[in-house]
Amino acid sequence: MTFERVPVTGTASPDFRERLARIWETRPGLLGWISSVDHKEIGIRYIVTAFIFLALGGIEALIMRLQLARPNQTLLTPEQYDQLFSTHGMTMIFLYAMPILSGFSNYLWPLLLGARDMAFPRVNALSYWLYVAAGVFMYTGFAIGAGPNDGWFNYVPYANKEYNPGLNMDFYALGMIFLGISTTVGAVNFVVTFLRLRAPGMSINRVPVMIWGTLTASAANILVVPSVSLAFFLLWLDRNFGTHFFDVSKGGQPLLWQHLFWMFAHPWVYAIVLPAMGMVSDALPVFCRRPLVGYTAVVLSTLATMTLGFGVWVHHMFATGLPTLALSFFSGVSIIIAIPSAVAVFAWTLTIWLGRPVITTAFLFFSSMIVLFVIGGVSGFMTGSVPVDWQLTDTYFVVAHIHYVLIGINLFPVLGGLYFWFPKFTGRLLNEKLGMASFWTAFIGFNVAFLPMHLTGLLGMPRRVYTYQAHMGWDTLNMITSIGAFVFASGVLLTFVNVLASLRRGAIAGPNPWDAPTLEWSVPSPPPPYNFAVLPTVASRHPLWEQRLGEAHGASSIEQGFILDHQRETIGTTVLDSEPDVILKMPFDSPAPFVLTLGVSAIFAGLLIPSHLWPLAVVGCIVAIAAILIWLWPEPVLGQTVEPVR
Amino acid sequence: MSEITAPEGALPVGSVDHRASGWYGMLCFIVTEGALFGYLLFAYFYNAVQLSPSWSPEPHPSFAFALPATIVMLLSSSALWVAQQGLYRRVELQHRAGLAVGIVLGLVFIAIELLEWKSKPFGLTDGLYSSLYFTITGIDLVHLAVAIIGVAAVFAWSLLGYVDARRDAPTIIMAAYWHFVTVVWLAIFLTFYVSPYLR
Repeated sequence: MTFERVPVTGTASPDFRERLARIWETRPGLLGWISSVDHKEIGIRYIVTAFIFLALGGIEALIMRLQLARPNQTLLTPEQYDQLFSTHGMTMIFLYAMPILSGFSNYLWPLLLGARDMAFPRVNALSYWLYVAAGVFMYTGFAIGAGPNDGWFNYVPYANKEYNPGLNMDFYALGMIFLGISTTVGAVNFVVTFLRLRAPGMSINRVPVMIWGTLTASAANILVVPSVSLAFFLLWLDRNFGTHFFDVSKGGQPLLWQHLFWMFAHPWVYAIVLPAMGMVSDALPVFCRRPLVGYTAVVLSTLATMTLGFGVWVHHMFATGLPTLALSFFSGVSIIIAIPSAVAVFAWTLTIWLGRPVITTAFLFFSSMIVLFVIGGVSGFMTGSVPVDWQLTDTYFVVAHIHYVLIGINLFPVLGGLYFWFPKFTGRLLNEKLGMASFWTAFIGFNVAFLPMHLTGLLGMPRRVYTYQAHMGWDTLNMITSIGAFVFASGVLLTFVNVLASLRRGAIAGPNPWDAPTLEWSVPSPPPPYNFAVLPTVASRHPLWEQRLGEAHGASSIEQGFILDHQRETIGTTVLDSEPDVILKMPFDSPAPFVLTLGVSAIFAGLLIPSHLWPLAVVGCIVAIAAILIWLWPEPVLGQTVEPVR
Repeated sequence: MSEITAPEGALPVGSVDHRASGWYGMLCFIVTEGALFGYLLFAYFYNAVQLSPSWSPEPHPSFAFALPATIVMLLSSSALWVAQQGLYRRVELQHRAGLAVGIVLGLVFIAIELLEWKSKPFGLTDGLYSSLYFTITGIDLVHLAVAIIGVAAVFAWSLLGYVDARRDAPTIIMAAYWHFVTVVWLAIFLTFYVSPYLR
């Protein structure tokens, strides 16, 4: 009984595995369900919730495409259309694109890193519950007819109370601050997990690229989420307490909104693609039967893209009358950023070129993403030039660009990742025939919908109009886009059907159906609650391929390692070299994150000032402070007090 | 580097010093909170450099409250430093006294700032400058209040015998947050009270 221990090394016997399972498994029942801190459970919940939001956002898009299929349609009123396109943007960008990647990362990170959970398992649960609550909060506004109606970037002065007196903007402003808390705590968890929970021997040059992608995105979120939270907070103060941040009549500056918003939102665009690009960098090579070409270049270009990404926000504001010097600078950075962005494209292409590709559904989603990325990248490169942007801004050209980027570099890799990791999640493979049908339908539908949209924009059709006159040259193009949108949606739907069907009837996968090289494939599918019975030690970037690659210095040890079985434990390692540093006690399940979320939800409901619910905010504050204190109260079994632990 | 064998000796178990996960979590938290204040001060300077000096109803704000407040804030950080030294030297009395003095000085700072709020001839809604002034100092006060609650919890845990030189993480973590709040105040002080002299 001391404060120190020599960790025992050993191999796992069946009895030992059973004991570990008892220590780590989530209790059955409702209380167990809301108390679970298992990263795999939370990851799956994230993925399912994000796909539900994807479906909602997709339905909103299809309704809009019905309205726009022909000129002078009256399916939607202008106000309904405004709320639909704003809610569609909010849903896809904030409630789908980031959370889906958080879901994959939450599930996969500890498995990729050789750890038993994330650094802060309870924070992980909190981040999920806050995400759900924020999503429900914002959709409550939409359901009572008070959804956002000013586009996802919500420019003032139209968002000010004077022009927008309903609760619409209050729901959106508070909801975004709410969601920002979830994103921030989740990002902190990823960063600390990267710093401390990598397997012994996993020095930073042996980390899978997906980890780098999510790490980079998380670091960016830590820096930029406060910007948008602040912008929405100031807007909320202006609307409810008569401050004058954006009020021109009292000296306020509408452009401050645009700066604060885009200082966040441009890095955010990279944050919702870099982890997905990392997924491709890890998974595509598996189907090419060789390691990724240019690991170091890809990792460094990921970091460079994000770093430059902080300095391009003004390219969203080229048409606002800023000084030429500012425009030139931001235009230059926006064009230069193409260089690090393109490095990964060349690396993937060369990996396919030099490999022996195995054509699976996952491979098709990943490789088609390269094509879509190039198209979206080129249209972005074009609008990075100031005169071109002046011509194209606020037209459908920009809409085509953002959809090539977000669907091309987020949804396609995500669907590929689903085909790739579904066997790990569930123990069963997705059906390949249905998968192929899904891919080709989605790929063709997507391009039919969005490739002609560039032309629609070049012909001058402005975005965000609820209808248009006939004979402007836009009729046929809009009809084609609408047809493509429905084809695309049915392609995605086929994958959903595939998931439901394969959950029961899919072929049994086994631990490593793709013969992949990284640690997540060394454990059973689905993995046991403790992930690794003994903690692995790695000696190379591809622990399961190192025999044939001969790249390791020494050999990775998967079967033998630290056993760490005194309650929930994992090994903490040093930041750069990953040498064992501390035995970390991991928390047991707790309802505190869920209760804290209820408290925070009450606070935000109370802050909807015009609805006079403020007593809720007071109650919420008390609940939240109590939940935090109970959560953080030092516990002897977690090695947080001076009582020695076993 | 790559041949990982069992570590030479024993490893610490649980939350200890700068190896506690909470320490790394706090560093990240400080970065994101620091960014928040960066954006707040950006909003100030964005307006200050574009508008004529008359944008502020008080071209040169008085130091009458702000200077004593700054001194109190610096003293409170010193108290937390003394507390941490007491912890390292295993003098529990010094540890607790430092925490207690820090909390009291934090409360004094809040009182001085509320008095300064009262003394201002303008209110939150009077104009752009006043909106910025009350919002930025208000958010600072909220952060200090959070720090006070956190340090009070550490103080209570020390009295309960949970925390001492062997389990020092809570004190180290909360002291870091406190010093961060002090640095934030210094940035606000330089922005609102000193920078107008540089125009």
